[in-house]
Amino acid sequence: MTLNERLCNVGVIGAAGKMGSGIALLMGQEMTMQRLSPEHKNDTCELHLIDTDAARLEGLLQYLRTQAVKHAERNIGMLRKAYQDHQELVENHEFINQFVNDFFLNIRISTDMSQLKNSRMIFEAVLEDADLKISLLKKVKKICSDDAFFLTNTSSIPIGFLDKQAGLGGRIIGYHFYNPPAVQKLVEVISPVGLNPELHELGLELGKRLRKTLIPSNDVAGFIGNGHFMRDGLYALDQVEKLQKEYGFVEGVYILNRISQDFLIRPMGIFQLIDYVGIDVFQCILRTMNPHFPKEKLHSKVVDELVEQKVLGGQNPEGSQKDGFLKYEKNRPSGVYDPDKSGYRLFEEGDWKQKTEEKTGNPPLGFVPWRALLSDPQKEEKLAQYFRNLKSDGTPGAVLARDYLRNSKEIAGNLVKSGVARSEDDVNGVLLNGFYHLYGPINQYI
Amino acid sequence: MNKLTKPVFLTAGYNTVFLGSGRREFHPKKPRPGIDYYIIEAGKGAIARINNRADLIDEGVVSNFMAARFNRQGNLAAFIPSIDPSLLYKPCSRIEGACGSGGLGVYTAIKSVLSGISDVVLTVGVEVQNSVKAVYGADFLAGAGYYEGERKEGHAHFFPDKFSQRAGACYRKYGQEKIRTAMAHWYEQAIQNARKNPKAQEYHNSTDDLFASGMTPPNPKYFVEHLNVFDCSKVTDGGSALIVASEDGLKKLNIDRRDAIELVSLGIAVDDIKQPPKDLTRLTTTQKAVEKAYESAGLKPSDIGVMEIHDCFTITALLALEAACIVEEGEAADFISEKKTAIGGQIPVNASGGLIGFGHPTGGTGVRQAVDLWQQLTGRAEEYQVPLTSGRPYGMMINMGGDDKTVATFIFKPAIA
Repeated sequence: MTLNERLCNVGVIGAAGKMGSGIALLMGQEMTMQRLSPEHKNDTCELHLIDTDAARLEGLLQYLRTQAVKHAERNIGMLRKAYQDHQELVENHEFINQFVNDFFLNIRISTDMSQLKNSRMIFEAVLEDADLKISLLKKVKKICSDDAFFLTNTSSIPIGFLDKQAGLGGRIIGYHFYNPPAVQKLVEVISPVGLNPELHELGLELGKRLRKTLIPSNDVAGFIGNGHFMRDGLYALDQVEKLQKEYGFVEGVYILNRISQDFLIRPMGIFQLIDYVGIDVFQCILRTMNPHFPKEKLHSKVVDELVEQKVLGGQNPEGSQKDGFLKYEKNRPSGVYDPDKSGYRLFEEGDWKQKTEEKTGNPPLGFVPWRALLSDPQKEEKLAQYFRNLKSDGTPGAVLARDYLRNSKEIAGNLVKSGVARSEDDVNGVLLNGFYHLYGPINQYI
Repeated sequence: MNKLTKPVFLTAGYNTVFLGSGRREFHPKKPRPGIDYYIIEAGKGAIARINNRADLIDEGVVSNFMAARFNRQGNLAAFIPSIDPSLLYKPCSRIEGACGSGGLGVYTAIKSVLSGISDVVLTVGVEVQNSVKAVYGADFLAGAGYYEGERKEGHAHFFPDKFSQRAGACYRKYGQEKIRTAMAHWYEQAIQNARKNPKAQEYHNSTDDLFASGMTPPNPKYFVEHLNVFDCSKVTDGGSALIVASEDGLKKLNIDRRDAIELVSLGIAVDDIKQPPKDLTRLTTTQKAVEKAYESAGLKPSDIGVMEIHDCFTITALLALEAACIVEEGEAADFISEKKTAIGGQIPVNASGGLIGFGHPTGGTGVRQAVDLWQQLTGRAEEYQVPLTSGRPYGMMINMGGDDKTVATFIFKPAIA
């Protein structure tokens, strides 16, 4: 069965969630475009969007409408060509409306998984919980035909384990999108032992069709992305613990967040990133990974405490950032959580922030913020010069930054050595494409 | 065209801030002033410069292209009385000629003065285009082309594509590198000039390497084949106004001639909208209009000391300079790259930023150009004042509607010269 044939009937489980909704959008767009091609214009396509929460499914429809309009607006040139035979369509808004109407012709929402009975390609995007995933996959396996393929948006659980437990016989592949799936270019592809070769090919072809950057990862818990991120986060938490005696917890979090963002010229600080992902999700991934690495301690007491105190981070339904390690005003950090007081210490509260910055120092000469460097054609030279300056800088901040950089490189190197990643380029590729870093962790800067 | 039967003067020019992306105060999702605001602010600005004697205004003209679609508003002439109560029940008209509406508005006011019907005409130009996203505005602006015959087959970005085709034809004729480089230099000049003009849309532009931006490779997948976004004037909200007056009118207003400019000649030319351009590398209608203006004035291109041309796209600037006979065909690229159009150059062009730097509120642009020439010829342009010599006291403006279809050209001089 070809990809085009499979694209006639697709399912997304967990469609109303953060990742599921993005996958639903991508597949909706692709299926609509397929129907516009002459050879598929008479096909009937169905995109079944399944979630347990009916109210969230209603919200999903609104999200899909808004995003489909934006997609059509961005791709208006291509749409005018695709619909050129429709004589009644003249103005851009008419083409856009037509696309959105066609997009929704394919959409079927439901809380009932039996709707997936004719689907031949099913995306699973539920919570990162092995038991939940296995139980759902088992259920869907019974509903669908034996030739249905499963693409699981799993970020840490070994895919071979899911395959074995759900009895899918090689019909499941790890297809790990990054958030938000419609925007982020990266998909980590995890091919477990025994994978049906047809599904492997389909995964590659689909990635190309969706214009994604596919990076393979071996089937080891955490894969490349979380393999680096979890250890990077735990390192930051360890450093906070060390700094705590001299500075205090709040100051320690502030310092490490600043070091990882400003001194390392990353898009966001490590604690902002953990908040973005969700502290509970971070904890859940650690719990998944920990048993697979008996020589490591992939666990954080602080994370457990924060989850216990319901300090969770993550996003509000409309996309704004919820408070976590940090407090946010208009999606920008404005304070740091103090577990002892069960509240936030705001940046503007007294002069603690200023004093902490004075003690740790500022990024060295040549510092340019991440955003400014992003599209700078001289990015490479500027980064090289900046890190040369960082190397010779003696401030406590620079020392911490060098240690952080060294640790990140070590994590990345171990991912290659231990066989999680096939190459250094793959690790760098995940960090560049999935985390929007300007440089890979395996670099000449340290 | 017959000689002018009596002197006609322009005075009391006023431009609003030209609002759109690039201005710090602009936010696409926040409420903004509507079209009435711009008509009123521009009108009041001009009236303030005639000592608030709105009662002495005989007539009003408002130039606008597409308010019916951008703002769902027609009958714009009836907004003139809202500028000042003393304008109530005075004769007012709305003039439309696509992006050449402003020039036609000035032309209409001049005709009224020449006919003797009016001595003092308030002329306003306005467009508010940020009411819709550019992808939808492209359809409205496509109304400047032959809609029934061209829109269906046309590009999503209809006019950028029209001028992209012209750029492509110039690449083939004169060499891509030379033309592309000159287009980037034009962009660089436009922004540098706009940074001196607090009312310009690009006033806050702080890009370090403007030339590099101008050289950005086009992205045909999302835009057009031969133009990048920097080659295009932006979507702008703005209004401009001035007073067109007879000699008696100036006296009635008690305006010193030093505060006015005098019309030397004009050239209006309109091409058949249903016909494609005869030669993509030439603006033939513009050339006709300019020739009329030169001939009527008895002037030659080397007499012109300052210019306002219709650079809706960078490539149009090159073609307009050639159509205006400032340079021979094919020579505009080098002329621009050698900075001969910069403030202080051989002939300063678009010193306030032009359509790319100042902004392009389509139907209002022609009035804005006239206001800028009034400022230059009366020494009011402050930071972007060009040095004028007594040997070349003339200012020329070219305002163009559509793809070189409706063109209004004027030559002015200081009223005391």
